[in-house]
Amino acid sequence: MGMTMTQKILAAHAGLPSVKAGDLIEAKLDIVLGNDVTTPVAINVFDEAGFDTVFDRDKIVIVLDHYTPCKDIKSAELCATAREFAHRFGITHFYDVGTVGIEHALLPEQGLVGPGDCVVGADSHTCTYGALGAFSTGIGSTDMAAGMASGENWFKVPSAIKVNLVGTLPKYVGGKDVILRLIGLIGVDGALYKSIEFAGPGVASLSMDDRFTISNMAIEAGGKNGIFPVDEKTLEYVKGRFDRPIKVYEADGDAEYEREVTIDLSTLKPTVSMPHLPSNTKTVDEVKGLHIDQVVIGSCTNGRISDLRMAAGILKGRKVAPGVRCIVIPATQEVYLQCLTEGLAEIFIKSGCALSTPTCGPCLGGHMGVMSAGERAVTTTNRNFVGRMGHTKSEVILASPAVAAASAVAGCVASPYELEEA
Amino acid sequence: MIKGTVFKYGDNVDTDVIIPARYLNSPSPEELARHCMEDIDPEFVHKMHPGDIMVGGANFGCGSSREHAPIAIRASGVSCVIAASFARIFYRNAINIGFPILECPEAAEKIKSGDTVTVDLSTGVISDETTGETFKAAAFPEFIQGIIESGGLLKYIKAKQTGAKD
Repeated sequence: MGMTMTQKILAAHAGLPSVKAGDLIEAKLDIVLGNDVTTPVAINVFDEAGFDTVFDRDKIVIVLDHYTPCKDIKSAELCATAREFAHRFGITHFYDVGTVGIEHALLPEQGLVGPGDCVVGADSHTCTYGALGAFSTGIGSTDMAAGMASGENWFKVPSAIKVNLVGTLPKYVGGKDVILRLIGLIGVDGALYKSIEFAGPGVASLSMDDRFTISNMAIEAGGKNGIFPVDEKTLEYVKGRFDRPIKVYEADGDAEYEREVTIDLSTLKPTVSMPHLPSNTKTVDEVKGLHIDQVVIGSCTNGRISDLRMAAGILKGRKVAPGVRCIVIPATQEVYLQCLTEGLAEIFIKSGCALSTPTCGPCLGGHMGVMSAGERAVTTTNRNFVGRMGHTKSEVILASPAVAAASAVAGCVASPYELEEA
Repeated sequence: MIKGTVFKYGDNVDTDVIIPARYLNSPSPEELARHCMEDIDPEFVHKMHPGDIMVGGANFGCGSSREHAPIAIRASGVSCVIAASFARIFYRNAINIGFPILECPEAAEKIKSGDTVTVDLSTGVISDETTGETFKAAAFPEFIQGIIESGGLLKYIKAKQTGAKD
């Protein structure tokens, strides 16, 4: 029987001719990632176990992005712990305030991950790099410590769900709408322990930024990873960034899938996830008019340049509605700089948005936009669990940058098409 | 043998409610334990006694990869978690830190909050003493059992590396 794309990458990294779903394997890692929340816990575990060397200082990436620039003394101490470790072992890819970006936008941008890689990260959204045709998945801090010490992690080889994409996206509909629709279809545990493998003629029309957004939220369907085939767009993206040899894996023709789902991109509408589960999806038209207090445009899901161009395109010449706080967070320094050189920064500020240095901040209710009881936000982030962005009685509605920007202008949940008509 | 009173929750208990991100600025198990389950059950830390058992529905521990979640549950005094299914990162985190979890949809469905339950980790047998019902959790694969028996993932790797040098 043939292998899925994910199974082929795992087999190659385990040094095995083939693997099948359910096999427990130990695979070699190309990159081990951690952030300022998870790395200090990994360091404690690493030190307590008595390790005195890392497997490869070039293959460990530490990104201080969650509570930075530090919001309080405790978070400063977490960063200090990570900084000391990075210095102790001469970690090559260590990102601190000034160079830091949100990890899952930063690693692809800096060319640290590429097609065919096996990547783990102590952050659940590590599945983002599936967009590049890599196997990448979120793990915990003990796994990170194990990865840093040995260069390997254990995995249960996943079965897979195949998602056939056909058609092309309409205006104002993007990767976020695709993944929210999929999560709405299969549920928050629809892909539990499984790979989501994207395929079909619709893939070619999706930009890399759309693919990053889609792979990013595979975890919100419970998925182990969400992977795209490598095509010309992938190779164009990694060209000049990624300097390791590129390995392209393809699913076998007779690979087995537990389930197949088809999404016609041309029929998708701007989609939102209502509180308090990402699977609680509606089209924006079904819920438009709901009062909002805050909008957040950014995060590892939607803080890339095409996201900010989309938002700025809608905000240009318009104002954020009175009573709404709109916070825009470019995901990396490079994206921030692009916002400045392309004039997007001016559009955001003139329209009444707060424009921030890169940080995960509000997405996890850390800082830079925490909500009080009774408040509601439309955000381009990835989770809308109880208390995710602050008080347990606040609400998060997940949406695309187009819907978020339109809602900021309207002062309520709004469709970008309405603004166009107005 | 584990014996305790059950605290039962529903499906999709996410790591944000197990330990809210506003407390992740500390890695201290004791501090995390003080806020365990705070956002769905503020009374939990006050009502529970060491050894008590947590029961969840499907997809327990979904969301963030924070290992702080199983660390907080363990440090709060919970002896084990029984669920219909676990989110995969929570599952591996629990195994990696040597915290007992049992996947058993029947037990997760039938056991009620407040029941007295005993668990034999070596056999996976779960007994609800309040109702007299008995369940059997799925056994761990041999490889995972090896990690648990080594006392966690790092000890497993350390032993393997030492073995390789000998």
